[in-house]
Amino acid sequence: MSTSWARARAHTGWELRLLLRNGEQLLLVFIIPIVLVLALGLTTFVPGGVDAAIPKVLTISILAGCFTSLAIATGFERRSGALRFLATTPLTRANLLTGKAIATAVVTLLSVLVVSLLGIALGWRPAGTWPVAIGIALLGCLTFAAWGLFLAGTLRAEAVLAVANGVFLALILFGGIIIDPTQLPEALATAIAFLPSAALAQGLTQALDPNPVGTAQLLTSALVLSAWTLAGALLARRFFHWE
Amino acid sequence: MSDLWVTYGTTRAVAGVSFTVAAGQTTALVGPNGAGKTSTVEVCTGLRSATGGQVELFGYPPSSLAGRTRIGVMLQNGGLYPTARPLEWLTYLAKLYPDPADPSTLLNSLGIDPKTSAPTRRLSGGEQQRVKLAAALLPKPELLFLDEPTAGLDPAARLDLLGALRRLGADGTGIVLTTHALGDVEEVADEVLVLVGGHLVASGPVVDLIGAGGSTSFRATAGLELGALAGALGSGYQVQENRPGNYLVTGPTTPQLLADITNWCAAAGIQATEIRAGGRTLEDIVVEATRNGIAAGEIAEAADS
Repeated sequence: MSTSWARARAHTGWELRLLLRNGEQLLLVFIIPIVLVLALGLTTFVPGGVDAAIPKVLTISILAGCFTSLAIATGFERRSGALRFLATTPLTRANLLTGKAIATAVVTLLSVLVVSLLGIALGWRPAGTWPVAIGIALLGCLTFAAWGLFLAGTLRAEAVLAVANGVFLALILFGGIIIDPTQLPEALATAIAFLPSAALAQGLTQALDPNPVGTAQLLTSALVLSAWTLAGALLARRFFHWE
Repeated sequence: MSDLWVTYGTTRAVAGVSFTVAAGQTTALVGPNGAGKTSTVEVCTGLRSATGGQVELFGYPPSSLAGRTRIGVMLQNGGLYPTARPLEWLTYLAKLYPDPADPSTLLNSLGIDPKTSAPTRRLSGGEQQRVKLAAALLPKPELLFLDEPTAGLDPAARLDLLGALRRLGADGTGIVLTTHALGDVEEVADEVLVLVGGHLVASGPVVDLIGAGGSTSFRATAGLELGALAGALGSGYQVQENRPGNYLVTGPTTPQLLADITNWCAAAGIQATEIRAGGRTLEDIVVEATRNGIAAGEIAEAADS
């Protein structure tokens, strides 16, 4: 087996195998979203019950899978010299990135499925425009993956771990996901609205809302996410170090 | 590889090095730390681009798929997934190559139990080194690059590795290795390249280098009167103390020379040991080349910048 696609597939399997064994990544991508669905869906901590909670937790699934988990895994691959060694094998950079992208997508999709099914079990009735929701979700995946790779490719491994987890926590709490920005001072709320986490949470909420307020907010979300994706991708491309 | 140059910013790591490795030939890159050995291997394996010069693997650029499919690489720093088990790592790698060796058989032959459930990070340094070697041998490479392969190995494992390298060489595998263990080089290498400050300061078949220069070495107490000894040996001989207690006499090796050295020592009440007539150790050559390189100021510019 040595075609390009076979190598990319082999690397996908390898990434998934290591990821599913790493307790920290499992905690981030599966346990935390599951606990949050239960906590937010069964309580009134966030107004709107399970219908309001699911888009927020889906945002967290995407943030965990595409940003934190990807950054941690890649950061350690860099530190252990594994990426350096792989660069001497027939696995090309394109193969490696394809493998990483598919593995990340698979894990994120699994998390999204688990959250959705759990939500349905708790009474969530998916409504709204699915193609738009999927489009926004994919855009969010790209945004966070670009920034995850930028982080993993520029900082030391220990710093990647600290920053990836710190940003994860900060965005969940103050990035317009859990705490409603409208409850905060106006200047702060405006700034938060331009964070990718807030844009994704808002976009998913709108897309999954049976009675959407309009397309303007969706468009804003898409634009904000696109801008962050572009910036992250350019930075990652420019500054990513393979060793 | 011809006229290789590598510079990092203003620091010159490799300056105009050329060499060729034929099938079945083992070439050792030796030299002090910072000599450019690792940089050279990195360029040969496609990890780093050359600033100047030309490097080809089987006629292809090192970073090309055609080149990468036919080489095996053991890096000095890293090349393992700490959380992966040895067998699953090799099983994954095997999927990247067209005609890989069997991972279990390979691990067994290197003394690693393929059924171990221990992740790589729990293995000893020597075991990790052997897993890295297994990854390098997995592609059944035509050309093998080994950066400090014996570092961290215990004596038995080291001898096993050297034996394995000799067998690979006999089977036609070309080998490039870098090492500080010069005794290993004398045992396995056909050709030696001595790098100092990025410059190739000496090169050639091991036997020629060791035999070159008509010299005799011996050990005695440090600080002998070099002038007095040289006077006793007569014209045509020079005496140096390479390292404290390590003496090198340059000049034709004759029975008379050995008698003169031992007589002079006996007269001075000194016990001369480890007399090597007509040859130097590779260590002498590297130390001498390093000194000469520094004296010539060739590496001063690299060290300064």
